[in-house]
Amino acid sequence: MNTPTWAVELDHVTKEFRGSTAVRDVSLKIADGEFFSLLGPSGCGKTTLLRMIAGFENPSSGDIYIEGELMGETPANRRDVNTVFQSYALFPHMSVAENVAFGLHMKKINKVDVATRVKQALDMVQLHAFGDRRPKQLSGGQQQRVALARALINEPEVLLLDEPLAALDLKLRKEMQLELKSIQQRLGITFIFVTHDQEEALTMSDRIAVMELGKVLQVGQPTEIYERPKTRFVADFIGECNFIDGTVMAVENGAVTLETTGGVRVVGTGMFPVAAGDHAVLAVRPEKVRLVEGQQPQGTNVFAAIVERVAYIGSDTRIIVRLPDGSPFDVWEANTVSTLDPNQYYTAGDPVYVTWATQNSLILER
Amino acid sequence: MAKILADKRIETKHGRSRPVAKRHMPWGTWALTLNAIFVYTFLYVPIIVLVLFSFNAAKVGAQWQGFTLQWYNELFADARLGDALWTSLKIAGLSTVIATTIGTLAALALEKRGWRGRKAFDTGLYLPVIIPDVVMAVSLLGFFTLAFRQFQALLGLNLAMGLWTVIISHVAFNISFVTVVVGTSLANFDRRLEEAAADLGATPWQTFWKIKFPLIGPGVLGGALLSFTLSLDDFVVTFFTRGPGVNTLTTEVYGRIKKSISPEINAISSLMLLGSTILVLTSLWMQRRRQA
Repeated sequence: MNTPTWAVELDHVTKEFRGSTAVRDVSLKIADGEFFSLLGPSGCGKTTLLRMIAGFENPSSGDIYIEGELMGETPANRRDVNTVFQSYALFPHMSVAENVAFGLHMKKINKVDVATRVKQALDMVQLHAFGDRRPKQLSGGQQQRVALARALINEPEVLLLDEPLAALDLKLRKEMQLELKSIQQRLGITFIFVTHDQEEALTMSDRIAVMELGKVLQVGQPTEIYERPKTRFVADFIGECNFIDGTVMAVENGAVTLETTGGVRVVGTGMFPVAAGDHAVLAVRPEKVRLVEGQQPQGTNVFAAIVERVAYIGSDTRIIVRLPDGSPFDVWEANTVSTLDPNQYYTAGDPVYVTWATQNSLILER
Repeated sequence: MAKILADKRIETKHGRSRPVAKRHMPWGTWALTLNAIFVYTFLYVPIIVLVLFSFNAAKVGAQWQGFTLQWYNELFADARLGDALWTSLKIAGLSTVIATTIGTLAALALEKRGWRGRKAFDTGLYLPVIIPDVVMAVSLLGFFTLAFRQFQALLGLNLAMGLWTVIISHVAFNISFVTVVVGTSLANFDRRLEEAAADLGATPWQTFWKIKFPLIGPGVLGGALLSFTLSLDDFVVTFFTRGPGVNTLTTEVYGRIKKSISPEINAISSLMLLGSTILVLTSLWMQRRRQA
C-alpha cells in the first residue's frame, strides 16, 4: 500500500513509441500542494510524462499512482487530475462560460451550483465580464485564463500544465507566472508544470526535475539545481556556465585540482567521487567570476586574460575574455554604480586577471 | 501608339501615374485571360440559352417570339412530371440518409490510425468519384443481375429491379462523396479537443456528441446536401439500375427529348438547374461556416 502523502508517484515509468524511448525509467515523488516543474529541452520526454499522468498515454512499463491510487490503464476521464493545454484546447463552439462549466456538467452537478461556481472561477481569473464571448474573441492571455479556470473549477487533486505560457509575449508571461504561483498557493493544489524555460522553472517551482533524452537527471529545489548541478548538462541547461576540461591532479578536503591539456591548473569543489588521473570538468558560472585590473591577485584560480568583447545589458555587463590557452570565458559584472564614465567599463583589448573562489566552482563528470 | 506612350510619360513626370512599362499585360496573362473567357463562354452560354428559351413564346424553332410563363404553367399541371419529381425526391432522400450515415462512419474509421488496410480502404473510396458514371452503372447492373441469380439459385427468391435498386446504387456512389467531405471536416478538427473533453471527465460517448459531432456537423450536413444534389441530378446510374415503371425527373426528361426538345423540357431543366445550384451553394456555405 502506498501512503497517500504523495500527490503523484512515478515508479520506474518507461514509455516507448515504435522503437524510440520517450521516457526512460523515471521515478519521482511529488508532494501534496507542491509546485513541481518538469524542465528540459524539446523532445526530452517531459510532455510525454505529463500525458501519462493525465491518462492520454499509458506507460510501456512502470506504475503511476495519483493520491496513492494505482492508475494502471484508468482512462483520462476517470482521473482526478485536470490539464491546461499548451494550445489551450478551448471548445470553439461554446461560450467562455460553457467551456468553464463543461467539467461540472460532466459530473452532473445541478445548474444553480454550476452557475455560482462558474462565476467564482471567472472572477478568479478576472474574466467575469467575458462569460458570453466565444474563445476566438479573446486574446491569447485571456484564452489562457479561460483554460486555467476550466481546469481549476473541477477542484482536481493535481493540475497538469503543459507549457501553458509558451504562446504569450514576455511581459504577459511574467505576469501570468506570478498569477499562477499565487493561485497555486491560495488553492493549495499540486501543480505539475512542464516548461523548457529555465527562468520560468526557477521563478515558480518548489522543486524542479531536469530531463534530457527521456531521463530525469536531477531533482531539487531551484537553488540546488542552479548552485549544485550534478551533471554538465544540468549546469549548461540552467543558466550560463563556463566549462574547463582537464585531468584530476589532486584531491584535498573536497577541493579538486584539474590540469588542462594546455597546462593550466584550476581548483573546484568536488561534486562526485574522483581520483587522480580521472577526466573531469570544472564548471563556474559567469556571475561568480571576478575581473581584476592592475596588480595580479593572490590565490588559486587566477589567470591573465585579454578582454575580447563587452556587452552592456543594463543591469549587468557581460564580458568575454580569452584565457592564455585561447579558450573564451564568460564573466558577468553587476553594474552597481550608475555612471557614464567610459573608464568605468571594460573595453576590448584590456589586460585583466580572471579569478574565482574554489567554493564557487564545481568539479563535474565530463 | 507612340504618341500615347509619350503622353503617359509626361504624366509620369508629374508624378500622376506609374511608368507605362508596368501597364503592359505580359503574354502569359493575356493567354490565361483569353482561356478563362472561352471556358466561361462554353460553360454558361448554353445554360443561358436554355433558361432564356424556357421563357420563349415560340413552340418550335429557335426564334424569339416574346416572353411567356406558359411552359412553366404547363409543367406544374403535368401529373406525370409530378410523379417523376416525387420519385426523384424519394430516391435522393433515402439514399442521402443512408449514404451520410455510412459515409460519416467510414470517415471516422479512416481517421483512426494504425489499422491494417487503412490506405487501401481510403484509396478504394475515391474510385467512384473518378470512374465514369457509365462504368459505375454497368457494373452495378452486372452486380444486381448476378446477385439476383444467386438469390434465385440458393434461396429460391425472385428479386427484380425496382426503386430499391436505384436507391442502393445511389448510396454506392454517394458514400464516397460524403466520406471525402466529412474527411475534410475531420482533418480540420483539433484532436486535442477530444483530450481536453476526456480530461474534464467526459466519456468517449459524451466527447463525441458534445464536442466532435457539433464541430464536424456542418461537414456532415454539407456532405448530405452534396449527396442529395448528386442523386437528384443523376441520370446514367438511375437509367441502368431502375426497374420497370420507375421514372425520375432525369429519366423522364430523357424520354421526352427522344421525341423533340420542347420548351417544357427547357423549363424543367431550368428548374432543376435552380434547385441544384441552391443545394450546392448551401452545401458550400455550410462547410465555410465551419471554418469561420
